[in-house]
Amino acid sequence: MSARVYIPADSAALSVGADRAARAIAEEAQARGIELALVRTGSRGLYWLEPMVEVDTDEGRFAYGPIVPGDAPSLFDAGFLAGGAHPKALGLVDEIPYLKNQQRLIFARCGVVDPLSLDDYRRHGGLAGLNQAIALGPQRTIEEVVASGLRGRGGAGFPTGIKWRTVAGVSADQKYVVCNADEGDSGTFADRMLLEGDPFLLIEGMAIAALGVGATKGYVYIRSEYPHAFERFSAALERARAAGLLGRNALGPGRAFDIEARLGAGAYICGEETSLLESLEGKRGQVRAKPPLPAIQGLFGKPTVINNVLSFASTPWILAHGGKAYAEYGVGRSRGSQPFQLAGNVKRAGLVELAFGATIRRLVDDFGGGTRSGRPIRAVQVGGPLGAYFPLDLIDTPLDYEAMLAAKGMLGHGGIVVFDDTVDMARQARFAFSFCAAESCGKCTPCRIGSTRGVETVDKIIAGRDRPQNIQLLRDLCEVLTDGSLCALGGLTPLPVLSALDHFGEDFADDPARAAAE
Amino acid sequence: MTGRTPWDDAQARELIAAISAEPGAALPILHALQERFGYIDDSAIPAIAEALNVSKAEIHGVVSFYHDFRRAPVDGAVLKLCRAESCQALGCEDLVAHLSQAHGLEVDRVEASAPLCVETVYCLGNCALSPAALLDGEPIGRLDRGAIDEIVARTAERRP
Repeated sequence: MSARVYIPADSAALSVGADRAARAIAEEAQARGIELALVRTGSRGLYWLEPMVEVDTDEGRFAYGPIVPGDAPSLFDAGFLAGGAHPKALGLVDEIPYLKNQQRLIFARCGVVDPLSLDDYRRHGGLAGLNQAIALGPQRTIEEVVASGLRGRGGAGFPTGIKWRTVAGVSADQKYVVCNADEGDSGTFADRMLLEGDPFLLIEGMAIAALGVGATKGYVYIRSEYPHAFERFSAALERARAAGLLGRNALGPGRAFDIEARLGAGAYICGEETSLLESLEGKRGQVRAKPPLPAIQGLFGKPTVINNVLSFASTPWILAHGGKAYAEYGVGRSRGSQPFQLAGNVKRAGLVELAFGATIRRLVDDFGGGTRSGRPIRAVQVGGPLGAYFPLDLIDTPLDYEAMLAAKGMLGHGGIVVFDDTVDMARQARFAFSFCAAESCGKCTPCRIGSTRGVETVDKIIAGRDRPQNIQLLRDLCEVLTDGSLCALGGLTPLPVLSALDHFGEDFADDPARAAAE
Repeated sequence: MTGRTPWDDAQARELIAAISAEPGAALPILHALQERFGYIDDSAIPAIAEALNVSKAEIHGVVSFYHDFRRAPVDGAVLKLCRAESCQALGCEDLVAHLSQAHGLEVDRVEASAPLCVETVYCLGNCALSPAALLDGEPIGRLDRGAIDEIVARTAERRP
């Protein structure tokens, strides 16, 4: 048997030369007459170590990284195929503290398996959840999800099981399961990793939902900024169809289910569920007023389950191990695990899946190792562009739904972006408004007009014009956006703005240096 | 860009007809056209409207709503540069300034004949390796001034 070498084909790993590393290793092997089986996996999410190369040893998978093409000869000289000593050796993968200290339920397989091999997927526990759901039947399947306490991982945190129960309770000639893979929040990449690294998990999760609610057709709406993920996931759909996992008897004899992948077109707002449905229907991605809820009248007016990638991807584990076992992870009303995405100015950026309850400090210090620049941390934004900026004295806030809300923030999709002390928080507040202005769908006035007025007002504050009055105006404007916007884009833009103002007020205050520059 | 084929009405109509029966076909049609030709020609609007039995205004509304769809061809390479928070934290705005000062390249200025166009995007999902970009679909992480210089040189060379 030829030696197996695992190298990610995850697009982030590709962005730092995973293909070049793979090519160099393959060529070196050929030159030495060594037979190699090169397996292109997803990423483990230890991105500062990418491209990370793994080999099988008697003790388990052994890693080297980050690997540049020039490392290939010395890797072979060191006998890396058997885990030989090398300056870039990282040891057994499972023993790397960053990975060892996580609780990976969703991401257990990502970076381990060949993402397009159904055999590999099955060998690593795949389809156990769907088979259990088929055995349990629709009603008990939904009750397991309810019992798990799973809440929507897209950001809103609505209980997934309750949503499914609502759709199941409506009778209709057609129902849909729609996956929101429009992962637009900056600082987040978990959906992308999963689409590229373990696509069958999402297919299985959606099939479980379809079985529960009685849907026959699914759509996955993937943002166009993720061309590799779209390609990968589409290939996985074809394999699933060929294997009968999708199609006429997908959910048991005579119970059909199929999935289609659709590409977004560069609109952040389409991550909002009703806007996404409009877009799938071929319209402008404009937000719908609710009610009616998508669960009652969703895609093409039919009852629709719409969930985030991570919500669907949590359900195979829940079905395989039971809702109760899942609910044992986490704290308070935040049950289960959350894949956090550590990004920005941080030494060890990557994916950290943990049971709810860890603090921001645990993430940015213990996992992240402080800033990449070596300067002190000044602000941490949690939950994407609509999330709050936390100062150092709130860094012990736990990362769960309720604690984030109490701290006037939100967990969102679990993105955590670190800034060092060179950040200008008035500029960040301005960016929050300009982003809202660029991405507003234009349907409601507070968001459409208020975002632009916000940019202008912050500009006046930065320029030092009538600061106290303009800061008051800014607060009033934020109140209008919060109370009067139709959806979360306008409604939550005040979070980054007000957190910047409240916690970093000095950046909005009179500054002789700035005044001199004017 | 992917689409190098010059616009051809007959080909466009064929593409539209092949997809128009799908539910919610507008975006798949627009993507297919842009994939083939690199942009959405004005003549496509009435053709799509007719195929989907909706008004031209509706199709125009869809095309103009989404940031992705180009209304004119671009000959050169396209660098989609992320300017969202994670990339801001690691200096993407310095790269924007560098593009302008060292190379005379203004981000989001559309110049059909330029060897390289740089567009703003908000997040490519490569935030752990910021600053990030996509060069004609090829992901690039850990961008710095040197990498920018290399991209500018590489795309200038590629010109016929």
